[in-house]
Amino acid sequence: MATQVVMPKLSPTMEEGQLSRWLKQEGDKVAMGEPLAEIDTDKATMEMQALGSGVLRKILIQEGESAPLGQLIAVIGEPDEDISALLSQAGSAQPSAESKPAPAQTEEAETAPPSDNGAGATVAAAQPAEDKSQAEDKSQDGGRLVVSPLAARMAADAGINLRSLRGSGPGGRIVKRDIEEALKSAPQPAARPAEARSPQQPTQLPEIQGASAYRDEPMSEMRRVIARRLVTSIGPIPHFFLTTEIEMDRAAEARRQINEANPDSKISLNDLIIKVAALSLLQHPQVNASFQEKAIRYYESADIGVAVAIEDGLITPIVRNADKKGVRQIASEVRELAERARNRKLRPEEYTGATFSVSNLGMFGIDEFTAVINPPEAAILAVGAMTPKPVVRDGEIVVRQLMRVTMSCDHRVIDGATGARFLQTFKQMLENPLLMIA
Amino acid sequence: MAMMTMREALNQALREELERDENVFLMGEEVAAYQGAYKVTKGLLDEFGDKRVIDTPITELGFAGLGVGAAMVGLRPIIEFMTFNFSILATDQIINSAAKMLYMSGGQFKIPIVFRGPGGSAYQVSSQHSQAIESWYAYFPGLKVVMPSTPADAKGLLKSAIRDDNPVVFIEQERMYGNKGEVPDEADFTIPLGVADVKREGKDATIVARSLMVPVALKAAEELEKQGVSCEVIDPRTIRPLDVETIISSVKKTNRVVIAEESHPFCGVAAEISAEINERAFDYLDAPVRRVSGADVPMPYAKNLEDLAIPSVEQVVKAVREVAYLD
Repeated sequence: MATQVVMPKLSPTMEEGQLSRWLKQEGDKVAMGEPLAEIDTDKATMEMQALGSGVLRKILIQEGESAPLGQLIAVIGEPDEDISALLSQAGSAQPSAESKPAPAQTEEAETAPPSDNGAGATVAAAQPAEDKSQAEDKSQDGGRLVVSPLAARMAADAGINLRSLRGSGPGGRIVKRDIEEALKSAPQPAARPAEARSPQQPTQLPEIQGASAYRDEPMSEMRRVIARRLVTSIGPIPHFFLTTEIEMDRAAEARRQINEANPDSKISLNDLIIKVAALSLLQHPQVNASFQEKAIRYYESADIGVAVAIEDGLITPIVRNADKKGVRQIASEVRELAERARNRKLRPEEYTGATFSVSNLGMFGIDEFTAVINPPEAAILAVGAMTPKPVVRDGEIVVRQLMRVTMSCDHRVIDGATGARFLQTFKQMLENPLLMIA
Repeated sequence: MAMMTMREALNQALREELERDENVFLMGEEVAAYQGAYKVTKGLLDEFGDKRVIDTPITELGFAGLGVGAAMVGLRPIIEFMTFNFSILATDQIINSAAKMLYMSGGQFKIPIVFRGPGGSAYQVSSQHSQAIESWYAYFPGLKVVMPSTPADAKGLLKSAIRDDNPVVFIEQERMYGNKGEVPDEADFTIPLGVADVKREGKDATIVARSLMVPVALKAAEELEKQGVSCEVIDPRTIRPLDVETIISSVKKTNRVVIAEESHPFCGVAAEISAEINERAFDYLDAPVRRVSGADVPMPYAKNLEDLAIPSVEQVVKAVREVAYLD
């Protein structure tokens, strides 16, 4: 029997995937469990494994194209198996191929020749997009899902798209063990090969004479998710901002001494800030919280998301239980997480579910800025650069290392005074690092 | 704990209740001088005399009616049917009088009566004398229906039935009278009506079984254990009022159910249990509720056909494998 290859759910927040690279071509032999393609999810590039054996009969989306979860993207079957019904049912992007035998596949390549002409490229690009939307519509009202009541509930709880699963029960019924299997086979991230990056798009000429030329680069999955998620933050979440200036001389001195004692594993000021933020959260549990539909959720440990800029976007790997870890341990974890973030090798659980975030643009010389909350967290701390400035102390002008931080708060969870008290603790502890052990 | 047969356990329950309450008396065909067609009433005539252990003519409707009348004026009759096949003749008294009197008299007449005797399939006595009719009685509001599967349950439940102020239909399985089991020695051992018993704990599938099907279910569970399937066996013991909660909580744990019963499938007790599960635990089901019932034909006389008409261990095993998606 033919195996339908559908866009799988490879991360908890994934809603659609971009086909990064086919690892098999039409006509190639495929064994169950063999890597079939690389999929760009919102966060990482994942390998997709074949769920059936046979020959890769048909590829339905090309590299660089996206498909929503559960959409048919390829068919694996016996070399001589009739898969036309499957293709028509899925609303194949190439309806002409349905009634024709296998050789028709070569014809399709001819009908859409690659074009290096600017205008021609626009037309050719528009065509598959249209076909794709048709395919999406059909897949939504397509074949009825057969699923046990229990499995349906489990899938809803776990956020699994049932259309991405194959049922093992009678008549393809999706049952409990299929959901358990899906939960168990946590996807393994695949390294993103450099050559898979899409080539630069050609420059387009504007329609209005004299206006600037431009080029449209297809958005990466990550950029799309960043766009979507940030709109869900600044839009619905009532932000307010609290700024304070912190005297960093003692913190800088503490850091210097720690690094002098351990020249092999140095810590950064940001590592210290993570630790202090975590300790302050424990003292102000109202800030270590999130807004839920019917409740405010208070977290027991301080899991700090650390914003890391990477090519094409950003990601916030998490230092779990930062309150309980030493600064040097935090430093080594952040180093390691950031390294893997840059290589897109983070596992979903490593960047999902922080309780508070820290974003630091000090290294870019930014004095102060406001950050956008990463929902469902209730706050994020934006950290500026530490710079020497003249200040008045005991009636004298002296030079101090000053750093400005701005906390963005979700007003549904945190009130002004609550946030201010948290920042007060944070400031005191950084200004006098001895308080960390008090 | 004393090891005894179900017959002996029932005899003990009758004796203890006759001793305990002088309003209790026993009446039926051959219960006194002959000491019971199945010897359940052995020795009771000698001990309690012919005012309390009474032989009747072959008139089921008549002595069932006498019992209801006696209950109305304060006695606590135990009416023995030689088999429940003959209770069919007395259904007017059981259903129209006993079950409805409390309601129709506006609460003035309670009917503390027990109708008891062997029921279910017997050995090669053919269609009219070998059948399970509990669903008839369970159908009517006002009646309680009890079906024990072990000597201990038989004793504890019969004592509770005799003390209950409502009419109770107490069906003993004809093939199980000689089954042995341990019965607690405690002086006044009773088991409340309406409480199911988990005969075996398991996690992969629930088998609901009553009466003769309990040992069948337990054997099936043993066999399935060897195949790597852990079964929970639940014996409702009381068919009405049914302990739905115990069944539902088991279903929520195992997500799969097989209901085994001797009776015909159509409008049977398993159909009712299945409906309850559907209404209360739909979201917990991983497979359709599966029934294993007696064949939907009158009981054959021929031994080979009779064997085929009664659910077997193999059938229960097969059904469990089906709901666990193993076949």
